[in-house]
Amino acid sequence: MTDMVDKQVHSAADRDDPRLKDRSRSRAYLALLVVAVVLALLPLGMSDRVETIAVRTLIFAIMAVAWNLMSGYGGLFSFGHAAFFGIGAYTDAYLVVDHSVSPWIAMIVGALLAAAAGGAIAFLCLRYRLAGAYFALATFAFAMMFLLVVQNLEILHKTEGFNLPILPTYSWKMMQFAQGSRNYYWIPLGILVVALAGTIAFVGSRAGQYAQAIRDDEVAAASLGINALRYRLVTVALSCGLTAVAGAYYTQYYFFVGPDQGFGSGVSIEAMIPAVIGGIGTVWGPVIGALVVGPLAEGITSILRNPPQVLSFLQGLTGLDVAVYAVLLIVIVLFMPKGIYGTLRDRWRK
Amino acid sequence: MTLSTSQASADPPAAETRAFSLADARLPIAVTGAVVLAIVLVYTVGGRDPGLVTQSIVTGLLLGGVYALVSVGLTLIFGVLGIVNFAQGSMLTLAMFLVYVMGHSFGIPVYVATVVAIPIMFGFGWLVQLLLLNKLTISGNENGPLLITLGLSLLIVNVLLMVFGGRPLSVPGTVDGSFTVLGALVSYERLIAFGGALLVALLLTLALRKTSLGLAIRAVSSNSQGAALVGVNVGRIYALTFAIGSACVAVAGGLVAPFISLTPSVGEQFTILAFVIVVLGGLGSVVGATVGGLVIGLVQTVGALYLPGTGSLILVFAVFVLVLFFRPQGMFGAKQ
Amino acid sequence: MTILEVKGLVKSFSGLTAVNDINLEVREHEFLGIVGPNGAGKTTLFSLLSGQLPPSAGKVVFEGRDITGWSANKVAATGLVRTFQLMRPFESMSVLDNVAIASHARHRSRRAARRHALGVIERVQLERYVNSLSGSLPTAGLKRLELARALALEPRLLLLDEVLAGLVPAERAPMIELLRELHTDGVTVMLIEHIMTAVLALSERLLVMHEGAQLALGEPRAVVDDPVVIEAYLGEDYA
Repeated sequence: MTDMVDKQVHSAADRDDPRLKDRSRSRAYLALLVVAVVLALLPLGMSDRVETIAVRTLIFAIMAVAWNLMSGYGGLFSFGHAAFFGIGAYTDAYLVVDHSVSPWIAMIVGALLAAAAGGAIAFLCLRYRLAGAYFALATFAFAMMFLLVVQNLEILHKTEGFNLPILPTYSWKMMQFAQGSRNYYWIPLGILVVALAGTIAFVGSRAGQYAQAIRDDEVAAASLGINALRYRLVTVALSCGLTAVAGAYYTQYYFFVGPDQGFGSGVSIEAMIPAVIGGIGTVWGPVIGALVVGPLAEGITSILRNPPQVLSFLQGLTGLDVAVYAVLLIVIVLFMPKGIYGTLRDRWRK
Repeated sequence: MTLSTSQASADPPAAETRAFSLADARLPIAVTGAVVLAIVLVYTVGGRDPGLVTQSIVTGLLLGGVYALVSVGLTLIFGVLGIVNFAQGSMLTLAMFLVYVMGHSFGIPVYVATVVAIPIMFGFGWLVQLLLLNKLTISGNENGPLLITLGLSLLIVNVLLMVFGGRPLSVPGTVDGSFTVLGALVSYERLIAFGGALLVALLLTLALRKTSLGLAIRAVSSNSQGAALVGVNVGRIYALTFAIGSACVAVAGGLVAPFISLTPSVGEQFTILAFVIVVLGGLGSVVGATVGGLVIGLVQTVGALYLPGTGSLILVFAVFVLVLFFRPQGMFGAKQ
Repeated sequence: MTILEVKGLVKSFSGLTAVNDINLEVREHEFLGIVGPNGAGKTTLFSLLSGQLPPSAGKVVFEGRDITGWSANKVAATGLVRTFQLMRPFESMSVLDNVAIASHARHRSRRAARRHALGVIERVQLERYVNSLSGSLPTAGLKRLELARALALEPRLLLLDEVLAGLVPAERAPMIELLRELHTDGVTVMLIEHIMTAVLALSERLLVMHEGAQLALGEPRAVVDDPVVIEAYLGEDYA
């Protein structure tokens, strides 16, 4: 048997068959390079206010890319990614404020903790065969528990949260720069680019292929010798770790984190919505979704704060931003279930 | 030995079907026993003032009644349609604001307004299911409806925020006052809400068991394709079920409004608690949702004697996760 | 030499016994046909052997190792591989990637796995669909894909569940030819099949199952002529 297949393998290998060439991967890296360069040059002509929006959007994007790993490629629908964002944000705050650790190290520690927590939660859920809506509810419940625990823990300052000290000197080591420094934009951009490169690599790797096969049909995957639980947990750990990195940067950028900013259910929703709008289970969907949702939310908020003449009746209205993206979410789920990018890609392929 | 008999007897086994037996009644009895035991323990060795304990039990039961009222509608929707309705809490808020507007602008007393709100919310729920959810529900999409109701929830809350602002509003009650039972204070309004919860649960149970609509709903719930084959309009039943679930929320909103401080996000806290209760009680079980509501109400208030603030909610979620893992069909559920 | 040994294998589902006391020895390089009416427990037997279901009683020994109760992925990794009667492609993936998933068991890098997969795809003559989405394949293509994925694992014992069902007669002949070739190349095969001509053409021995139990086992012609078998099952189908 082995001989038989080997014979075939050599015949295919010798010809270096064009059908084997997978250009999508190198094309994706190339696209990423272009996007990275363009986005990196963007802040040169950016006002401080626009930069705030851009940073917020980047944080959205990192979370969405992370959520997409677990829920898009892994097929495990998480409704509680706030748990991992919060772990990242609080680990950073705790280590930086109480122990003067470098935020970079705190970020990594947070990512490891979140990966472990996510792995443990997912293990329990899969061990007890929770699927679909039950899995989503369980993740939601765990995020709520984390929120409540943090609100009641003295060591994490209960409902007060953490304020980061403003240091007298600027340094990369402590991730603090002059106000308005573009570094505050380039750091999350760098994280996003690494996350996307990682996603592209993961999707094409053996582990990533396994994860997608398990998502498509777990029984068939197991019959091909794949340990479904192991590769599901790998995907979950990657997703949760990356989410924690976004959380850590949140704390660094806003100099503050409280229970609701870290663990509130709104955070879980913010991780999910850009991915759904852009297209789950695709590399670019979450980024495109974040590019739509981030500026939309921030843009509407700032317009409402200071509306032009024609829209003056909207002044002081809060809630319009979320209402708009709620409608967008409903419309997308109903009419473009594969999201903006997924739908466009399918149409383009035809 | 003929071919036909062999085929009939050797069909691959379907999902394990279980008849109702004494074993199924064991768990509700055990839960009730555990609750009673816990209360006895709190009184005897709990180290808390007995008057305080009585008060928190009474408060817990009354609060549980409110939870039950919200959960009864949710259990129908989750059980029959399989939809995780994240908008249940915000629909509750919507109903409260309806009652508020009727009272504030037209001077309609709160309990009359509640009756008016029922058909309005019924129609709202019917439209939501028909326009937004039916296509996805019928095609068996699991995450789509979840996302739609999430969007709907955000939409309701934020539109209310735009219209009414975030300041707390209050709905004037019509039967102020309270009385004492065993030294515990009971407000009339909370007692009415409690009675309303039991009444709604009773009516709903009767409707599901005795009416032809109830029969159709149960048929669709257990096997929608089979029901469609025997001529049930599944889409219509789905819409009606969601509408009934929404009408329950209207009752809840009206009865709760007099003793709650009204903000656009007030209903949110109920959504997740209602899911806890629905899963605890058993998917689609009205009785389960009622009992579950009371249990969770008690856990929260009696737990608050020991874990102040939001600490007692941790207990609630711990119960939830344990139920999900070890008894996903809940107390009164037969299927999963 | 015995490659698979099954002793007293039983599976019951809440009162119903789907597989009842199967005892079997499969020799290396053998081609064993399995027939029986619908619901006779054939597919359940495969699920027990390949670890999709845990047996209620009995023992499965593969190449001298007791694999009873092993999980499906562990069993597959030992070289005992099954296909599914209802095809289960990974629908979001191309045919090449579907097979490469299996090839990854032996080849860690994506390039090597895909190269290996292409060889297998050519082997089952699926090359015109290499880069199509697997969900878009016709039935015959999906059957070949099931087979290709199993072959990519380089199995020593292959359990084939109705790979001919759903094919029109013109599509059957090449598939039968392919199975014969596999067998000649040295793979041990257990084949569940309803199409008797194919079973008789390929099998060296025949197992007849009925209501979960083994009714007859032996040389195909002898089994087919066994009056018990004819009465229980073949009487209507085979005439």
